[in-house]
Amino acid sequence: MKRNTIVLSSIRYILLFIFGIAMIFPFIWMIATSLKSGVEVFSLSLMPKNPSMKNYLRLVSNGNFPYWFINSLYVGLVVTISVLFFDSLVGFTLSKYSFRGKQLIFVLILSTMMIPTEMLVIPWYIMSSGLGWLDSYWGILFPGLMSGFGTFLMKSFFEGVPDDLLDAGRIDGLSEFAIFARIAMPLVKPALSALAIFSFIGNWNAFLWPLIVVNKIRRYTLPIGLSFFNGEFQNQWEMVMTGASVATVPVFIIFLIFQRQIVQGIALTGVKE
Amino acid sequence: MGTYSVERTKRRWAYIFLALPIVFYVAIRFYPSLFAFYLSFTDWNIVSVKKNFVGMDNYSKLIADPLFWKTLGNTFKYVLWGLPISLLLGFILAYNIDRISFGEGFYKAIYFIPYITSMVAVAWVWRWLYQPVPVGVFNNILSALGLPTQAFLQSTTQALPSILATTIWADLGFQMIIFLAGIKAISPSLLEAARIDGATERQLLWFVTLPQLKATTVFLVVTGTIRYLRIFTQVMNMTFQGEGGPLNSTKPLVLHIYNNAFKSFKLGYASAMTVVLFLIILVVTLVQMRITNHEA
Repeated sequence: MKRNTIVLSSIRYILLFIFGIAMIFPFIWMIATSLKSGVEVFSLSLMPKNPSMKNYLRLVSNGNFPYWFINSLYVGLVVTISVLFFDSLVGFTLSKYSFRGKQLIFVLILSTMMIPTEMLVIPWYIMSSGLGWLDSYWGILFPGLMSGFGTFLMKSFFEGVPDDLLDAGRIDGLSEFAIFARIAMPLVKPALSALAIFSFIGNWNAFLWPLIVVNKIRRYTLPIGLSFFNGEFQNQWEMVMTGASVATVPVFIIFLIFQRQIVQGIALTGVKE
Repeated sequence: MGTYSVERTKRRWAYIFLALPIVFYVAIRFYPSLFAFYLSFTDWNIVSVKKNFVGMDNYSKLIADPLFWKTLGNTFKYVLWGLPISLLLGFILAYNIDRISFGEGFYKAIYFIPYITSMVAVAWVWRWLYQPVPVGVFNNILSALGLPTQAFLQSTTQALPSILATTIWADLGFQMIIFLAGIKAISPSLLEAARIDGATERQLLWFVTLPQLKATTVFLVVTGTIRYLRIFTQVMNMTFQGEGGPLNSTKPLVLHIYNNAFKSFKLGYASAMTVVLFLIILVVTLVQMRITNHEA
């Protein structure tokens, strides 16, 4: 019996490991290839003979790639800051104040999670072209400035903040906004960091809307640039893999630093339903 | 009198806090949704100034459009093959990761990383892996082993399963993380009680763990159905010129919508298709609410 358990658990470890290697194999191959020279790409050996950062340097000196990287970073950061502020403010208001229409507003905001982006992009496009927002940062980022998901998440966290603490702030003469910003916000830091990570990664990877709203090559975000990359670097797969590495490695780093918050945040949103 | 004015101040601030968000949700979510419905009854193509109201024309055109049915069929292939496989694999992984005593964090990380990676990057990496000899790694391995090489993305029969494999690979981690959280939330005393009654591991799985994961599974089926219904990025990036080929064999509904709206500028017609997509998603969501409410 005892031996059986040991055998079983060893099999479990071995299978999880083999399957795990298969899962990260595409990434390993991607990074290895990004370090290879053009001729070496066709060789079946995983390790590059003379690993070099030459491809990365070529990418940086390429006229457009640095713009795409910075555009993605900029859009991701602005949207994340906006989502953190507004989703918290709305979540706080809906959980800590009583006023007419509160329930209706909450249900309406929640219902926006059900609207597929695909249905909105055509009206957004018409709107953006009418208002001159095409090819601008504002055009890329305006649809994401607030989110039903984040509002729902923050509201459920603010519900755990005791009213007494807020009332103590009122007695001390703090304004309602200061109560929100200085008392309530610091108490929901774990939720804020989870929301920040989801929002940033989501925007960093966003594809459909940026593809539609941006035409100028210098305004591309990284996924859009990558998607048209092959046209620029005809069949130079080592360059495509280098670009893909640059797009994925920041996300790996964020994940490794914030793994706990990400996993908890995802689990929370999934299980709460 | 004092509390009255405090309450009034609070109420006033609540409306001030909500003012800008209400403008946002009305202008950027609700108005565009209604506008999409409206557009679906017009023949508008951004170039012409006038929009003609054409009633149900777009919808009857849609019913007669073989490519609409083809892409809808492909979309359902993605949903009906992809989702069950990724759910099953996700569950098997979660169940086994829950039962190991060290390395849990490591395994969670390697299975989850593909899910948070840019789908465009992932699609290009896989597109390259699927290339014919001498470029593609899969075919190089096959030919090194003396096995026949495969056409993968260049074949009308293999392209959709190939794209699906990439999708499942990228999606697996999400199912795994949620299942794992669901498994961890099962009360240990429930399992303990069953063990004392002499239940085997297999019986525990069938009669305790799986029934306890019902709510988790409903959640994953619904969110997964919606995710697979909206499949687009990987097909656009893995097929030649983003056309969903060869011969439309991989083209999903959203790519057909995208081409109609932003390549042919048939905005009215494309809007009608987005309305269909919305209605399908609405039905799926309502079914979920129905099941979840029955449970509660």
